[in-house]
Amino acid sequence: MSEQTRDYVLGEHPELPAPDQRSGFVKWAMENLFSSIGNSVVTIVGLYILYLVIPPFIQWAIIDSVVLGAESRRECQAINPDGACWAFIYRRWDQFVYGFYPAPERWRVNLSFVFVAIIIAIALVEKLRAIKGAIWVALALVAACAILIVGGMFGLDRVPTNKFGGFMLTLIIGLTGIFASLPIGIVLALSRLSSLPIFSIFATIFIEFIRGVPLITLLFIASTLLSYFLPPGTNFDLLVRVLIMVTLFSAAYLAEVIRGGLAAIPRGQYEAADALGLSYWKSMRLIILPQALKISIPGIVSSFIGLFKDTTLVLIIGLLDPLGIGQAAIADVKWIALSNELYVFIALFFFVFCFSMSRYSLYLERKLHTGHKR
Amino acid sequence: MSEDFAIKINQMHKWYGDFHVLRDINLEVKKGEIIVVCGPSGSGKSTLIRCINRLEEHQQGDIIVDGIELTNDVKKIDEVRREVGMCFQHFNLFPHLTILENCTLAPIWVRGTPKAEAEEIAMGFLEKVKIPEQAAKYPGQLSGGQQQRVAIARSLCMKPRIMLFDEPTSALDPEMIKEVLDVMTDLANEGMTMICVTHEMGFAKQVADRVIFMDAGQIIEENVPTEFFDNPQNERTKLFLSQILH
Ligand SMILES: Nc1ncnc2c1ncn2[C@@H]1O[C@H](COP(=O)(O)OP(=O)(O)O)[C@@H](O)[C@H]1O
Ligand SMILES: [Mg+2]
Repeated sequence: MSEQTRDYVLGEHPELPAPDQRSGFVKWAMENLFSSIGNSVVTIVGLYILYLVIPPFIQWAIIDSVVLGAESRRECQAINPDGACWAFIYRRWDQFVYGFYPAPERWRVNLSFVFVAIIIAIALVEKLRAIKGAIWVALALVAACAILIVGGMFGLDRVPTNKFGGFMLTLIIGLTGIFASLPIGIVLALSRLSSLPIFSIFATIFIEFIRGVPLITLLFIASTLLSYFLPPGTNFDLLVRVLIMVTLFSAAYLAEVIRGGLAAIPRGQYEAADALGLSYWKSMRLIILPQALKISIPGIVSSFIGLFKDTTLVLIIGLLDPLGIGQAAIADVKWIALSNELYVFIALFFFVFCFSMSRYSLYLERKLHTGHKR
Repeated sequence: MSEDFAIKINQMHKWYGDFHVLRDINLEVKKGEIIVVCGPSGSGKSTLIRCINRLEEHQQGDIIVDGIELTNDVKKIDEVRREVGMCFQHFNLFPHLTILENCTLAPIWVRGTPKAEAEEIAMGFLEKVKIPEQAAKYPGQLSGGQQQRVAIARSLCMKPRIMLFDEPTSALDPEMIKEVLDVMTDLANEGMTMICVTHEMGFAKQVADRVIFMDAGQIIEENVPTEFFDNPQNERTKLFLSQILH
């Protein structure tokens, strides 16, 4: 190598191999964990704390745990008194997934899960979205899910919404909120920035009202107060009211996140779009919103994650989300007071969904990055 | 009356709030004419040419572009904008779209040109500004000079009859100025009607039919380039020229 570098003629530099950019774990650890005495102390203390916490947890959750072969808490303890009693989750699995949805009809929910997976794939995978008519397929699937789950049509028995529960309910509320609040949030953000006072005043009042009130309060309004305003005798389903409230709540937050993104777009972008003769809606759709939404991705996804977790609040107005199902379950004498298992399990469920959303947002940010701004 | 004029501005005034930014502007631009506008910073040059495609609204007087009078009528504004291309000091390319998409966007969405045809036209203009090989890149990956040439190509893809340039070279490094001016010179030689706000006096001498000098919102002096540079009449013009030409 040294010969290569010595031999060059002036003005004719040989091509040198790029410096080695691989870094082994040892090198990485030396640079990041043990770069100074203070750093090393922090690293060692941190490792010690992990050592105190993780092995006992694994012991409890996996090694000593009981999944099969137990019908009650007592039987769990008979098998292994030190481990987690996952048999509880296992025996109650159907309730955690479907709530009190009638067992013979649960295939409808399962089919809907498949449809939802397809809808999400269409929404997230660009190649699928690009296929002509994909949006209509997705909308048709949304309608199909609603018909399947609620029933009362096409020979399907009507299942009252108060039988809905568990993860199915979380997904219904979370996904409806996510997909419905994004377009509403965009419209609210554009209205708030509109030069027409009717739009901006309405949007501002709406956003500030919703943001100024806790979601729980809105849910109580949905469950009780609304019946005073609605004409007597109208049976406006509680779940529908909750869906509307959750969607509006999320939309108000999204509107502010998107407004921030819109404010970051330089005026020159609007002017260039105008100068080319694009109408307001076309320039919004083709030029401004794609850029504003891209900037807003981290905020939008945070909002969605918050919304997804907030779905657990519906248990307060009597809907049986997984937490509600679980609390009822640990009140059962057979499984009395298995709260550790319950909350670890539910935490895991929410973590998987929220962490996936967070990773997807990072992936999206990286994919949409198109070089530096000037 | 407007037949032989590409642009006719008649006793036009504009205010920003209380600030009288353009005062009694009268200007007639013939088809195929090249006008260079110069003047000190803040004299209203940008505002003037932005009134021509209604990026700014004037409050008094008339502006007639390609036979269409600019009023609040949105249809007419759109009609004018389709015929008038504009290049900005900071290029204002769309950073989320490729060079080719930047160029085909308006033809497809404003004129309804089929995509394949729009791409063919766009490639033609990218060749004309000598960067067809960059078509698949994003604006952030190009140099300033290249970006400005793309911006010119993007405007040309709408097949405008009039081109407005607002200091197209003043954000560029010196070695890139020439590549942009060359493209503009070619365009001028092909008979495009152009209004250029620029302080590139070499360009003005070479291609301009008339040079206009603005100060404090007014057109102070207007002449053919040779007379304008060699024999300025107004004191302020003389001062300005001595400052930029040394
Ligand atoms: N949007 C605006 N609001 C208020 N004043 C403005 C605005 N744009 C420009 N001005 C003022 O108008 C004057 C003319 O601006 P401009 O046309 O940009 O000048 P030039 O292009 O000749 O440098 C300047 O004094 C500037 O500060
Ligand atoms: Mg200017």
